[in-house]
Amino acid sequence: MNTKKTMLGGDTIRQAAKQAIVKLDPRIMFRNPVMFVVEIGFVITLLLCIFPDAFGGTVPRWFNITTTVILLFTVLFANFAEALAEGRGKAQADSLKKTKQDITARKWVNGSVKQVSSSDLKKGDVVIVPAGEMIPGDGEVIEGLASVDESAITGESAPVIKEAGGDFSSVTGGTKVVSDQIKVRITADQGESFLDRMIVLVEGAERQKTPNEIALNTVLVSLTIIFLVVVVTLPFYSDFLQIQMEVPILIALLVCLIPTTIGGLLSAIGIAGMDRVTQFNVLAMSGKAVEASGDINTIILDKTGTITFGNRMASEFISAAGHKNSDTACWAAISSLKDETPEGRSVLELIKKLGHSYDEKLADGGEFIEFRAETRMSGINLKDGRQVRKGAVDAVKKWVLSQGGSVPKDLESNSDAIASAGGTPLAVAVDDTIYGLIYLKDTVKPGMRERFEQMRRMGIKTIMCTGDNPLTAATIAREAGVDDFIAESKPEDKIAVIRREQAEGKLVAMTGDGTNDAPALAQADVGIAMNSGTVAAKEAANMVDLDSDPSKIIEVVAIGKQMLMTRGALTTFSIANDIAKYFAIIPAMFMLAVPEMGALNIMKLDSPVSAILSALIFNAVIIPLLIPLAIKGVAYKPMSSNRLLSRNLLIYGLGGILVPFAGIKLIDLAVHHWV
Amino acid sequence: MTTAGFISIAVTLLLILLLARPAGHYLARAFDYERTGLDRIFLPAEKLICRLGGIRGDNQTWKQYAFTLVLSNSVMIVITYLIFRFQSFLPLNPGNIGNMEPTLALNTAISFMTNTNLQHYSGESGLSYLSQMVAIVFLMFTAPASALSVIMAFIRGLAGKPLGNFFVDLIRSITRALLPIAFIAALAFVCLGVPQTLEPAAVVTTLEGAEQQIARGPVASFLSIKELGNNGGGFFGVNSAHPLENPNALSNLIQILLMMLITTATPFAYGKMVGSPKQGRVLFVSMMMLFLLMLGVSISAEQAGNPLLNSLGIEDSQGSMEGKEVRFGLAQSSLYSVVTTASETGAVNTMHDTLTPIGGMVTIANMMLNTVFGGIGAGFLNVLMYAMIAVFLSGLMVGRTPEFLGKKIEGKEMKLIAATLLVHPVLILVPSAIALALQPDSISNPGFHGLTQVLYEYTSSAANNGSGFEGLGDNTPFWNLSTGIVMYIGRYFAMVALLAVAASLAAKNAVPVSAGTFRTDNRLFAGVFIGVVLIVGALTFFPALVMGPIAEHLTLKP
Repeated sequence: MNTKKTMLGGDTIRQAAKQAIVKLDPRIMFRNPVMFVVEIGFVITLLLCIFPDAFGGTVPRWFNITTTVILLFTVLFANFAEALAEGRGKAQADSLKKTKQDITARKWVNGSVKQVSSSDLKKGDVVIVPAGEMIPGDGEVIEGLASVDESAITGESAPVIKEAGGDFSSVTGGTKVVSDQIKVRITADQGESFLDRMIVLVEGAERQKTPNEIALNTVLVSLTIIFLVVVVTLPFYSDFLQIQMEVPILIALLVCLIPTTIGGLLSAIGIAGMDRVTQFNVLAMSGKAVEASGDINTIILDKTGTITFGNRMASEFISAAGHKNSDTACWAAISSLKDETPEGRSVLELIKKLGHSYDEKLADGGEFIEFRAETRMSGINLKDGRQVRKGAVDAVKKWVLSQGGSVPKDLESNSDAIASAGGTPLAVAVDDTIYGLIYLKDTVKPGMRERFEQMRRMGIKTIMCTGDNPLTAATIAREAGVDDFIAESKPEDKIAVIRREQAEGKLVAMTGDGTNDAPALAQADVGIAMNSGTVAAKEAANMVDLDSDPSKIIEVVAIGKQMLMTRGALTTFSIANDIAKYFAIIPAMFMLAVPEMGALNIMKLDSPVSAILSALIFNAVIIPLLIPLAIKGVAYKPMSSNRLLSRNLLIYGLGGILVPFAGIKLIDLAVHHWV
Repeated sequence: MTTAGFISIAVTLLLILLLARPAGHYLARAFDYERTGLDRIFLPAEKLICRLGGIRGDNQTWKQYAFTLVLSNSVMIVITYLIFRFQSFLPLNPGNIGNMEPTLALNTAISFMTNTNLQHYSGESGLSYLSQMVAIVFLMFTAPASALSVIMAFIRGLAGKPLGNFFVDLIRSITRALLPIAFIAALAFVCLGVPQTLEPAAVVTTLEGAEQQIARGPVASFLSIKELGNNGGGFFGVNSAHPLENPNALSNLIQILLMMLITTATPFAYGKMVGSPKQGRVLFVSMMMLFLLMLGVSISAEQAGNPLLNSLGIEDSQGSMEGKEVRFGLAQSSLYSVVTTASETGAVNTMHDTLTPIGGMVTIANMMLNTVFGGIGAGFLNVLMYAMIAVFLSGLMVGRTPEFLGKKIEGKEMKLIAATLLVHPVLILVPSAIALALQPDSISNPGFHGLTQVLYEYTSSAANNGSGFEGLGDNTPFWNLSTGIVMYIGRYFAMVALLAVAASLAAKNAVPVSAGTFRTDNRLFAGVFIGVVLIVGALTFFPALVMGPIAEHLTLKP
């Protein structure tokens, strides 16, 4: 998306600051119980500014005013965090809305074109889209082939080919046909299109709390009530001791104790988590899906296109008896010079890599023979009359025999060896002589092995699905380092595997693009459809990858985990903070009446008033200080749970205990000058 | 502390350690619904009891289990209430003791049914032998048996099994655990000089020629279940400080072992029942660490003594001996006070009121945490709840929906757990505030110590401990009713809510363990668990403790 980089632009911050004030509305605040308590505290202290002795208190007016201001900022900071996270989504939504203009569509009615507004199109209508025009709505190509510029949605500038039938037939409204002309059947009514849904999603307008967020919120509310009870009962205790308790000080204590840090940042974390997925060009239909991806136990991946490049590449030359490897390579190169298939190009690359030399001029003026399904060979007829061919072993064999040639004795055994290792042998021949074989291999994408290794460390099992025979599948599986594979798999097999894993209590993620993947995508806990895929697949999935890169599922898992970790880390931090705050406020409350309580003032804070204000200021400023962490998420590296926990406990648990001691002391050093 | 004192503590702790595991394995077998070798011994009698009661013993849903628990316990409260109210008309009343006042009778009935044994009466003068034997001792068996049943049902739920049947569990708790052990222990106590008689008080002539009445009765049988069942209510008013209720060091040792026996065995039973002994061991070790921490603080505070008294030149090498029995000394008194509050028994061999402020705070802290082993069943139930909170927080920190024993802990469970977490502090802090505001006259001490007395009373009630800090004029309708309510809610809310959690977890598919699973059976988890108990538990009570024992300690200067 174009607006990707505008994360913290001045405009976003201004907008967020404005929203922070709008969100002070108690009807909105009520949804965040922790911060709502702070807001109530703010209202009470505000009243005390006006009527300082409403509760018979004796604190000076300036103290009330200071407390009021700090409380107000505590709430504003929390609102600001939420607004900032939302703002990033809004900016994206705005740019998407621009894409969604009303345009004139060419509706196909009974064999003739009728000009209508795109907003009048209904499901089932057929439209014609010529080159240079915007596609008026989501649909399916029913006739023709065209290249389509989808950059408005994916940010990818290279156009993609869309054609009728098959897995590349779906088009999205708002994208532009660059060449040729297509006939499209509209598949979504107005307001329900992909773009519409995308706008709603990135705006976060319909954001629902995820199950884990609800659970955490329950704990936070419970802690808030406990501390409310603690603070409300306190004056009864002190009355018995004949110690006077001041209402603003009690409110300060309450606000410091309730988990405002996590309470203020909780929704920002959720929104930012969703947003991170969007930044990554994956569209999550719900936060629940993102959260679930952090829990994934098993990932089902298609072999072709995800784990391997999908096209076979030359990896070795194996000469027949009596021929040199360099000769085989040379003729293989000559035959491939004009071959534009990936296999052909890979032959030339391999030769370059191996350092063989050959005479390119030989091919000058030759006639290129393209690969055809009937002949299963390709090659070149040289000017000097020699014919060079490469192709399926039995086809080349037949071709050579027909010219009176002979077949080398070791050809059969060599080609069988390649086949049984999961590769494809191509024979290379010149006229009646077979020189040798090209070993074509399905190549595992670089870095995949390491990624699977990472996932194993994270405790995630990977299963590879492929239509290959078990032998080939096993080879690739071994090479890529996946845990398990399904060979000769049919779409039903995927569902069966997903169900089997789910029955064991596991959460399963998969990627897919074809219509026949749709049921499995729906069955999986996290289903990621490729944007290039069919409408059915996209409907069934709970995430759509706009870049159509199936291996991205791995990053989505990391983002899901990161979101939960950020919540956990900040919750721990927030609760651990309370220890220091107690040691700041409790002695301050009693030091005047019971001077011995000074023993608890282990931070040696200057005076009771400065101690209370310092704790309160720390409590407020820690929220904006942690906004970047909440929005970016805590650092996540794949490692075992126990190491991860030890690390995070050290940083956020121990850090949560120690940081406020230092922070409050520092603030006190500054504050006590003008107290 | 003397070397002898140190050795006596070490030996006691060693014996506790040695007994816990075999006892835990015995419990696991005793409550196994599959056929075990124990059935041959106990099943005939249990079948007979079931037939008499018309119990079929089918598995119950959590609602049925919780309902039978609360209903049967409430019926028992009503029955014992009636016995107390009409004891003067009933037989076995050689001392001609009168009927109990209504609020006191209600308080006492609830107190014993909830395994609290808070006593706003004095046993010698308040209860007839019939009340002691039929009402009190009856509840002293059924109360711990009820809690033992609940924890077993809860563990079955965690193990993914049906919860079981409350009546079957209740009967098994008595026939297989409480009755046999209590019987043997009672015989041991008789051998050590504890009376067991139905004769009225003995009248003797003292050396000075004065006539003295020495109260006695069926003490040994009462004593054994009092300790084993974590009941704690004394036959005599001064409880186990009374020479006839705790004659010597050996009887003191047996009492400590009995208090700790079942509650230290439960984690091992749990480990065995969920098929992973390490899970139980980790919790046992964590609780033991908390226990040792408490014991260490208590002993060092008692040893340091009262600076005011020390400054007067009173011999202080023994530590603070105020309110302690010389036949037990500082070591065994401190140990007893920590054990009785850790195990929520409430029996005392020293007056907690006279402990040093910090020593007294340890006893309150044990009851506030309610997870330093805790009372039979109820304590471990609480421990597992804290374990789930620890799992929830650590699960988040490793980026997974938290799992406990492979079961996902989600919104529904957390709601119930969060509510349960809320109940304990509310039950302590709110009534204490009300009492301090409304009943200042019934508090014998002004200032910090008076506040501690009130705090102790409600903490002891909420945690179903039952020991008292004394000094409260607590036999009034206000105290009787308020502590009665606190004891009742403190007992049943957690049990019902956590049974619901167990049922909800039992219905879930267990997620298999992988490298990404957060393990709950290692040292790291023990650390997290202790951290959560201390931080969540302590944060709540810190201000109250500061205004009570901590302030008292700080101001205690010569």
